[in-house]
Amino acid sequence: MAQEIIEAPITGTVISIEVGVGDKVAEGDVLLYIESMKMENPILAPVDGTVTEIKVAADQVVETGVHLMTIEY
Amino acid sequence: MFGLYESAFGALTWGNIVMLLIAGLLIYLGIARKMEPLLLVPIGFGVLLVNLPLGGLMEVTDGEPGLLLRVFQGGITTELIPAFIFLGLGALTDFGPLIANPKTLILGAGAQFGVFFAFIIALLIGRAFPDFLEIGIEEAAAIGIIGGADGPTTVFLTNKLAPDLIGMTAVAAYTYMALVPIIQPPIIKALTTKEERAIYMKPQLKPVSRRQKLLFPVIAAVIIILLVPRSAPLIGMFMFGNLLVVSGVTDRLADTAANAFMNILTILLGLSIGAFMSAESFLQGESLVILGLGVIAFAASTAAGILLAKLMNLFIKEKINPMIGAAGLSAVPMASRVVQKMGQQANPRNFLLMHAMGPNVAGVIGTATAAGVFLGILG
Repeated sequence: MAQEIIEAPITGTVISIEVGVGDKVAEGDVLLYIESMKMENPILAPVDGTVTEIKVAADQVVETGVHLMTIEY
Repeated sequence: MFGLYESAFGALTWGNIVMLLIAGLLIYLGIARKMEPLLLVPIGFGVLLVNLPLGGLMEVTDGEPGLLLRVFQGGITTELIPAFIFLGLGALTDFGPLIANPKTLILGAGAQFGVFFAFIIALLIGRAFPDFLEIGIEEAAAIGIIGGADGPTTVFLTNKLAPDLIGMTAVAAYTYMALVPIIQPPIIKALTTKEERAIYMKPQLKPVSRRQKLLFPVIAAVIIILLVPRSAPLIGMFMFGNLLVVSGVTDRLADTAANAFMNILTILLGLSIGAFMSAESFLQGESLVILGLGVIAFAASTAAGILLAKLMNLFIKEKINPMIGAAGLSAVPMASRVVQKMGQQANPRNFLLMHAMGPNVAGVIGTATAAGVFLGILG
């Protein structure tokens, strides 16, 4: 199984997490929303796979490059 | 002698009725469609008020100017309002993405192409129909600047060069800014392949130092104003507003500039611009030219930004996504949001928002500078 590390592409606040550990996701599905610059920015799944790890929670402030989730595929 | 005697029904013209419908449309777009509501709602209400006859809001009655005429003369004619709105914009702007990637400054400048393109077309149309339209070189400049997608700059320049057109150019600039998510995507799609739109750009990890952030507004103000002196009111206030934020010691001033002060100015600007749109000044041939050329100017700016980005890709090693060139339009953050959305659609890994913000912010500087160039030549 290969792993895909999802990193925060932007500094901001996690507003909501749309998936849970163990969920199957398809490429382009919304994983979570980060609010930055007064915009809700969806973070999308880059591959088809299974969410194996979620490292952040709603309302948490994240810096660019922070590890958010892991997807196995 | 009662009833209709004191009312204004008899004085309503068909032109007033058309304008009242336009007022309704602007208010509707703002409220129901959430298109730039902070601007379209005050502008729409200003249009409504001034097209109810005999109210005297924009007229001189017994030697006294009406309420909105006072605001207009005190705030727009004196250029106070648009210039101080730039103070607020400066306080709201993060130059970080631009400092981190100075190449994007070129894209912000390139997207001013539409300004000069629309200027020339307006000039040609004015020459072709001299009997119907009064579009000379000054009016053409005021129409062209709409292509920069910057409301306060448009108000500032039109007031100086072609004050009669101010209601129309301002409304065109603000409405088209709100329409950026509709105007830009087809142009971007036409000029880029899916592979180009999918070009991945690494997130901006290089942090911008405090010193860089402090020096940027100061140095930028000095260089730009020395180069284009007549851009001083806009660029000067813009950079000053930004310094208030990045200095870290004037938070109270920055907060007021970005919020309370900006909101007051927005109310006064919106109402008085709307009030300038009486039936006589709005329903004329020039208005159609302005509306038509406004779209063309936006489209040309978008296209020029994209093509310039593609040209840059021929020379640089780490390719940029050419769509970020489209964000050279100064509509912040609408143009960046369009690029972000289309980038994610083409490649879910893409997150172009911050990359697009560089040209976007540069576009604001570019349009204000273009206005300074016009003023230097024509003013």
